[in-house]
Amino acid sequence: MNVKTLLLYLFISFPLPLWAQGYAGLGGSAEGFNEPQSGYAFDFPKDHGPHPAYRIEWWYLTANLRGEDGRDYGIQWTLFRSALKPFETEGWQSPQIWMGHAATTTPDAHFFAERLSRGGIGQAGVTAQPFEAWIDEWRMAGPDFDTLTLSANGEDFGYDLSLTAQGPLVFHGDAGYSVKSADGQASYYYSQPFYAVEGTLRLPDGDMRVTGQGWLDREWSSQPLAADQSGWDWFSLSFEGGDKMMAFRLRGARGDFTSATWINADGSTETIPDGSIQMTPLRTDQVAGRAVPTHWRIALPDRDVDVEVLALTPEAWMGTRFEYWEGPVTVTGSHDGIGYLEMTGY
Amino acid sequence: MTRAVIQALLSHWRAHRLQLATLLIGIALATGLWSAVQAINAEARASYARANAQLAIGQFDELRDPSGPIPISRYVDLRRAGWQVAAVLEGPYRVSGRTLRLMGVDMVAYPALPGVTEAEQSTAPPEPADMLTAPGRVLASPELEPLLQDQINLPPILTTSALPTDVILTDIGVAERLLNQPGVISRLVLLPIQPRDLPPLSQIAPELERVSPSSQVDTARLTDSFHLNLSAFGLLSFAVGLFIVNGTVGLAFAQRRGMIRTLRALGVSMQRLVWLVLTELTVLALVGGGFGLLLGFFLAGALLPDVAATLRGLYGAPVTGQLTLQPQWVLAGLAMAVFGTLLASGHALWRLSNMPLLEGPGVQAWQSNSRARRIVGATGLVLIVGGSLAYVSIGGLVAGFILLAGLLTGAALLLPALLAMALSALARTARGPIAQWVWADMRAQLPGLSLALMALLLALAANIGVGTMVSSFRLTFVGWLDQRLTSELYVTARDADQAHAITAWLRPQVDAILPIRNVELSHETGPLFLYGVVDDPVYRQHWPLIASTPTVWDDVMAGDAVLINEQLARRATLWPGDELKLSSERILPIAGVYSDYGNPTGQAIVSMAQLDHITPGTETRRFGVRMPPEDATAMAQTVRDQFDLSPGTVVQQAAMKAQSLAIFEKTFVVTSALNVLTLGVAGFAILTSLLTLWTQRLPQIAPVWALGLNRTQLARLELLRSVLLAALTACLALPLGLVLAWVLLAVINVQAFGWRLPMFIFPWDWLWLFLLTLLAALIAATVPAFRMLRLPPAELLKVFANER
Repeated sequence: MNVKTLLLYLFISFPLPLWAQGYAGLGGSAEGFNEPQSGYAFDFPKDHGPHPAYRIEWWYLTANLRGEDGRDYGIQWTLFRSALKPFETEGWQSPQIWMGHAATTTPDAHFFAERLSRGGIGQAGVTAQPFEAWIDEWRMAGPDFDTLTLSANGEDFGYDLSLTAQGPLVFHGDAGYSVKSADGQASYYYSQPFYAVEGTLRLPDGDMRVTGQGWLDREWSSQPLAADQSGWDWFSLSFEGGDKMMAFRLRGARGDFTSATWINADGSTETIPDGSIQMTPLRTDQVAGRAVPTHWRIALPDRDVDVEVLALTPEAWMGTRFEYWEGPVTVTGSHDGIGYLEMTGY
Repeated sequence: MTRAVIQALLSHWRAHRLQLATLLIGIALATGLWSAVQAINAEARASYARANAQLAIGQFDELRDPSGPIPISRYVDLRRAGWQVAAVLEGPYRVSGRTLRLMGVDMVAYPALPGVTEAEQSTAPPEPADMLTAPGRVLASPELEPLLQDQINLPPILTTSALPTDVILTDIGVAERLLNQPGVISRLVLLPIQPRDLPPLSQIAPELERVSPSSQVDTARLTDSFHLNLSAFGLLSFAVGLFIVNGTVGLAFAQRRGMIRTLRALGVSMQRLVWLVLTELTVLALVGGGFGLLLGFFLAGALLPDVAATLRGLYGAPVTGQLTLQPQWVLAGLAMAVFGTLLASGHALWRLSNMPLLEGPGVQAWQSNSRARRIVGATGLVLIVGGSLAYVSIGGLVAGFILLAGLLTGAALLLPALLAMALSALARTARGPIAQWVWADMRAQLPGLSLALMALLLALAANIGVGTMVSSFRLTFVGWLDQRLTSELYVTARDADQAHAITAWLRPQVDAILPIRNVELSHETGPLFLYGVVDDPVYRQHWPLIASTPTVWDDVMAGDAVLINEQLARRATLWPGDELKLSSERILPIAGVYSDYGNPTGQAIVSMAQLDHITPGTETRRFGVRMPPEDATAMAQTVRDQFDLSPGTVVQQAAMKAQSLAIFEKTFVVTSALNVLTLGVAGFAILTSLLTLWTQRLPQIAPVWALGLNRTQLARLELLRSVLLAALTACLALPLGLVLAWVLLAVINVQAFGWRLPMFIFPWDWLWLFLLTLLAALIAATVPAFRMLRLPPAELLKVFANER
């Protein structure tokens, strides 16, 4: 079938931050699906695996890397799960649809690829223990969540990396219950931001050995956005000295909703409530025919943070079925560092 | 001045309305038949192209397992190795006696199909959850909706006009259930974008073969021969139609000579006259062509359903029975009309432009000398020899048609010379002056009639040739059906378990049960269906072998050899003694070749045990039942009731034969329709030629009349002349028709369909055709004969008074 229109319809029906574009059906009710509740007690390793009774879920890894040539690189590896119905069955008629996105960004180029599959036949899926997340030949797997190998291939790029966690899991919002709007839409959201990464990028010009750090987000929900919210800007920043910050802004007709998590070098966190953080686009670039902010000012006065965030290259546009911008950034100002930026709805 | 000339030219048509009508009818017939065939061909070709585009066939490479279906696990293996493939499960799906093609694609991975896109862009797009999960949805063209609506097995139907009319499209998950083939895949489509560093196919799935789009079954290629056949008929009809135009224009010009002489004398330049006549002819051609297009459109509309049925039956090619009017078709038709008219009038026009200013109405106007006849005859011989040489040196279907064209035109050109010889020979036997005059007169008329007689020759030869082919084919086909359909009942069970139950139940009550099992393999010449048979005397006694080794059945039943059908044998030039590769490790010698009419694909037969070796685990769901024929009807009903089978799954031999014959008859409906039309057109051509000659007859008849022959005698002689010439032509047409039949059976059929047919002779048909020809000639001569009878003697006297 024409996946383009089918899945456009399929995914756009759900209020995902990634594809939220002011679609009228955003606030649709999640009939038959479970809803995130505050006070949920996470159960690991089981919760590293899929939750078919929730409508949407992802395993979302980004990494800032430095090559042997001294240049900066970035990679993305994402597996999305979207449920048509809140259960899983064997065979073609499984209602679980999987979608993979992979990308490599260099200072002057951006490569990406996309995969689609359904559950039920083994072409894509996630198992919690031993951990394996895969779609086609793309794979993120290891004996446990702390030690993983990661691979993906596109038409003109690919990578093989190994990830080793150097710190604990980090829970956003209220112990992993992350509120996404003033109306209370929420998701379960935790991260592993402490991966040390090494491996090889395969690029059109040849292979490149790289090392760096990775950040993996885990999130699942059934209806995380409010009806008026049209897109979001999401930052994962790692500062020199070991502190990290996750921050996002959901842009809505009734005003923006912001949320952030300050992550200390030891893994302890502080949740920063709506309105505390200021995010200001300083410059936009024309990418893929759209005006995309690639230079930002982020200010968090409570912690004396006032930094400029600059895209490694403006070209990091994901021209996948649902388009968005996702790429590595550098941080300068009160704190220096690196990170990843994701922007949707432009 | 121009206006005056135009008025003078038009006055002729006002005075000769019948002639005008004849001319227009001639142009209309030529254009109409030609355009009808063109419209049918264009429609059919457009249907194939549409169907292929709608199903994305022939765009991508595919992976197939020569030994049978592919398990889902193989698909996952390939995917997890990086190979970007999309799964397709397809098969025949029977609904109320009609076999449709059910195509289940992995709707998540398959490339965009127009049908799905259209459904998604409709006002009520299907929910992905409905499409992908049980019970699912099926997509079909609106024409199929009434048929599918009441099927309780089918999920809800979504209609889309972007699907062929014999296809049901659905998700592969739905298709597995409808086709009762869970967990299997028919073929894998290789998607256009593949990741880097792919491991080779031989490492992951060595049993799969990569098939490029060009070697996938291409309907257009398969049916090319059929369309070439139709085109040849269309061209023949066009040519015959032009004979009428030629006759009429010749007559009109002959009658206008006086007027033209007067116009020239009044000072109109020849150049202006020629231009005006050219314009006049073009306008007439456009008017006649317009009528022809109307005729062609309705004719095509009337014939298309039969052609569509033929193409579906013979090749499984999806053709809709509806005709759409295309502008380029109209333009091409009109262009053909103008081109044809000018071509047919060229001779008359040339003579007009070369007419000496003061020449009177020509007594010799239509005569040509024997030297010209010899040149024409020699050209005919050259064409025949050239056509034969082309066939011998090039070969193939097109060369077959070149041979046909060479033979037919060559023979037509030879006709005047042959008729002249025959008449000379007959003249020598003449006793008495009247007889001598009659023969001499006939020879004198020959040049004027020769074009019409050529048309008659071609029409007769085509009739004999095509008639012989169809009748031979029919006879062979019926005999072959008797040999092939040996079981009294044919049963298709729902699954292997039910098949076991039915055979166990039937075995004590019947003579024998013959399992029928087949798998689809591929051969370099296209798909190859491999059948397994059990050793039963019925095969040894009845199977229609056309070539075999002495121990053919022993070898096949022992599993040491294979039988192949004639189509495969001719396409791949494989005959007894050669070897056939069935799979990578199994190559068997060919012990025999059997005839297999009506089947476009290659087929092979091995013993059931051998089939099990080649494709282990194939289920037997179909079998033939041998029993006393008189009990078959009752038994069929009992089996249906006992096992709750639908009527279509328990078929009696008699019904199967009737169905096969019905398909056969439909195949040749078009052929015979065109046949009859050409003969009619030829008769018409004779009539117009005789009318043309009539104007020049008076100076020749008047002296005979003056010598004492009365008008009744002369009218009788008029009739006799026409009938005799037609009879002579018919005699010459017979050998030509037989040669044509031989070429059709032994050359064209082999190339087009892959089978050669024995030729049978049908003398009674020839006699009937002969009588029909004489009747046509008689009717054609009636008009001049009547004129002769009612001719005032004063007119005849005027010849001597020099007042004409």
